[in-house]
Amino acid sequence: MTPLEETTFFGYLRWIPALPLIGFLINIFSARGETGHGRASKVHWIACLAPFGSFLIALLSFSRLLELAPEARRLTDTVFTWIAAGDFTANLSFSMDPLSAVMTLVVTGVGFLIHVYSVGYMHGDRAYARYFAYLNLFMAMMLLLVLGDNLLLLFLGWEGVGLCSYFLIGFWYEDPEKAYAGLKAFVVNRIGDFGFLLGIFLLFWSLGQKGIWTIDFHTIQAHASLLSPTVITAICLLLFMGAMGKSAQFPLHVWLPDAMAGPTPVSALIHAATMVTAGVYMVARMHFLYVTSDFAMQWVAWFGAFTALFAATIGICQNDIKKVLAYSTVSQLGYMFVGVGVGAYAAGIFHLMTHAFFKALLFLGAGSVMHAVSGETNIQKMGGLRSKMPWTFGTFLIATLAIAGFPPFSGFFSKDEILWQAYASGHGSTALWAVLWIGAAITSFYMFRLTFLTFFTKPRDHHLHDHAHESPSVMTIPLALLAVGAAVAGFLGIPDSWGLGHNLFEGFLEPVFGKPHPGGHFSHSTEALFVGLSVAAGLAGLILAWVFYVRSRDIPVRLARSFPLVYRILLNKYYVDEIYDFLFVRPIRVLSEKIFWKILDAGIVDDGMVNGTARFFQGAARLLRRIQAGDVQSYGFAMIVGVLAIVGFMLLQ
Amino acid sequence: MIQAIAFYLFAATAVVFALLVVAARNPIYSALSLIGCLFAIAGIFALNSAHLVAILQILVYAGAIMVLILFVIMLLNLSPEELGKPVFNTRKVLAVFLLAAGGALLIGRLGTKVWGSLPAADDRFGSIEGVGMVLFTQYLLPFEMVSLLLLAAIIGAALLSRRERGDRS
Amino acid sequence: MTHESLVLSIILFAIGVIGFLVRRNAIVVLMSVELMLNACNLAFVAVSRQLMDMTGHIYAFMVMTVAAAEAAVALAIVVLIFRTRGAVNLDQINIMKG
Repeated sequence: MTPLEETTFFGYLRWIPALPLIGFLINIFSARGETGHGRASKVHWIACLAPFGSFLIALLSFSRLLELAPEARRLTDTVFTWIAAGDFTANLSFSMDPLSAVMTLVVTGVGFLIHVYSVGYMHGDRAYARYFAYLNLFMAMMLLLVLGDNLLLLFLGWEGVGLCSYFLIGFWYEDPEKAYAGLKAFVVNRIGDFGFLLGIFLLFWSLGQKGIWTIDFHTIQAHASLLSPTVITAICLLLFMGAMGKSAQFPLHVWLPDAMAGPTPVSALIHAATMVTAGVYMVARMHFLYVTSDFAMQWVAWFGAFTALFAATIGICQNDIKKVLAYSTVSQLGYMFVGVGVGAYAAGIFHLMTHAFFKALLFLGAGSVMHAVSGETNIQKMGGLRSKMPWTFGTFLIATLAIAGFPPFSGFFSKDEILWQAYASGHGSTALWAVLWIGAAITSFYMFRLTFLTFFTKPRDHHLHDHAHESPSVMTIPLALLAVGAAVAGFLGIPDSWGLGHNLFEGFLEPVFGKPHPGGHFSHSTEALFVGLSVAAGLAGLILAWVFYVRSRDIPVRLARSFPLVYRILLNKYYVDEIYDFLFVRPIRVLSEKIFWKILDAGIVDDGMVNGTARFFQGAARLLRRIQAGDVQSYGFAMIVGVLAIVGFMLLQ
Repeated sequence: MIQAIAFYLFAATAVVFALLVVAARNPIYSALSLIGCLFAIAGIFALNSAHLVAILQILVYAGAIMVLILFVIMLLNLSPEELGKPVFNTRKVLAVFLLAAGGALLIGRLGTKVWGSLPAADDRFGSIEGVGMVLFTQYLLPFEMVSLLLLAAIIGAALLSRRERGDRS
Repeated sequence: MTHESLVLSIILFAIGVIGFLVRRNAIVVLMSVELMLNACNLAFVAVSRQLMDMTGHIYAFMVMTVAAAEAAVALAIVVLIFRTRGAVNLDQINIMKG
């Protein structure tokens, strides 16, 4: 596979991440004593214009990209040489090829809408400026991640978004639980990053052994064939460990549900549309390594599939509106990994894009609902809100239909493509497809459960219902725009076999990925069969949810009572957090407190060395102080002793 | 011959009175013993042909300084020291022993009869004329400086003992 | 004579030092200092006689003068101390301790 050899210089690329960075710098220094009124208007204008500016430049870059021939679609912008050490150089340089173009447009577009929504959602918050500053910083880091031309910049952005995630999850840090959630996210991410770093080191070193010292994607891709298959597999698995942490795949998924402690727009932006997709992007970016390792691809695909099913099962029992969406995100990310795991990179990225639309929409809608019911998140207490908040309801419904895979919405096309490739691709299998198919049915079920309990049926808490109101337009307009995306974005990826023309999306990404390899020859009717099965899964979920939650409300209650153990396991997310706490957190905590802190730090360093030095000098001083007795005769005595000593010495010579 | 007897007489007197200075309980006794000691030393000065110095010793030292000290003792009404027995502490005992040892060492080192007999001396040596000749020619500067020193001492003493307002006694 | 004078000087000086270190009364300490000074004068004079140089006499002269000045000022200070403290016991005068 020949990489995009030819590149065109495009100096505006650097402004895409630079504008939000400038926004961050301006806002972070005016972050004292801000509220949602008055002076704050300066804050949100700066904060929203920055990503909008990035979006415009991204569009400009995109159009410039389209002007070029498909094989030459790569823009670069080298700012300066960062590291120059002998043979090795690493530059601060950005490049946009079709893959990063898609990512950039998604990030800036959805990001901008979420910024606008935040103006309404965070109105009146005491730390208004700090919020927008961090949000802008996040955008800058994410754009650095997707536009970076080498692994170093990607990792820099990777860590940067992790940092911003910590800041934003623990935004209301005065509540210790929320602060702890931020910490948990960061620490779990770090565990993944450990593997990620090892992968990068291994890659760098292995290529270096062959004489190629580089960290640029382009150069690595050109020389990837020099590496042995074992090394490549090891690198791929290690890199995937980073993806597991960042994209919340099992077993490093535990931070994402807790991350819901942050403001809802943060959940929408970071934990649905952009940051968590960085892992998928990374695998896609390093596709040239993964395609050479069957084992790594199977590993990625099956981990993704397992996570997809695992998270979906947890979602059906959760009662917190944001937690349901969090597990849904984990599940959908699993789908994306299956896509890239079976070699259908374009399909995985396509699902990434559509997911960004409908998941952000779902989260923002949830935020709108929470706004209306004074912060309540328990769906068991909601109900009948569709008459009170028509816009929120309408957009939420569209998003639900999309995620459940109903045509003609976007989710149908992207999810169906992944399911098909899971079966048909050279790396796929029927078993893989089956897991995903069941997962799709469950996804539809829990999403409609969420919708029905929140918007339909009779309200269970009348007090909340009476006070519910539609959100201001600064919040509902982004909802509407995202709904448009969730509805029609699918048409970019209509498969070739439908005879309606080329799959635009796949074609656009072809120079990067090449064509997917089918595992055999499949007829159109087989494909149609699978499409039908996908739709059937969605319908099954919908009908089941309707029966359970609209028709006869006591079925779920009776089921929970009949299978109490199953219900409890699902409700408690398979007790994974508790297991981790027992296996890792508690031992380390005991170790840190009892040994590292009490003995080593407080005892030896603090008391022994620091205080000990002081004590030593105190004692010495106490001894020496006796010389100054304060009376003349002692001084005289000392003098006489000295004189006698000298005289005696001279005399006895 | 007479010189030797005179010397040993004066020397013994000096030592006895010196011991009395150190040992006497009553400060008046100490002062008076010191006067006696000074007289004896003046005698030895004279034996060493330091006639002017001997006279000055009696006039200035014994006559002025000691009188001043006596005045102060009587002004302050110092009583004999309260404690009958002196307080023994390490310092004092050690001092005595060290000094005894040091003194013995020095004397021993001095040997016997380091120098031979005294050279001949005329009348002028050690007389007023002799001292004056040297004092106002060779050692004029120290002479002047010492007068300044005395001026400073006068002013200092006068200033220090000035009675401030609100002082007791 | 010179030899004997020097030995006497050493003895007197030693006695003076012992008095300086042992006695508690300030004025007696001062007198011990005078004793020491005299012992030095004696040494000067004896050696000067031996070497037939008038310098020794001049030294003795100067020492005497300085002793006078010093005695005056020292006594003034003792008077002051007596005024503020009521006693001249050297054991009690150690404000500069430590």
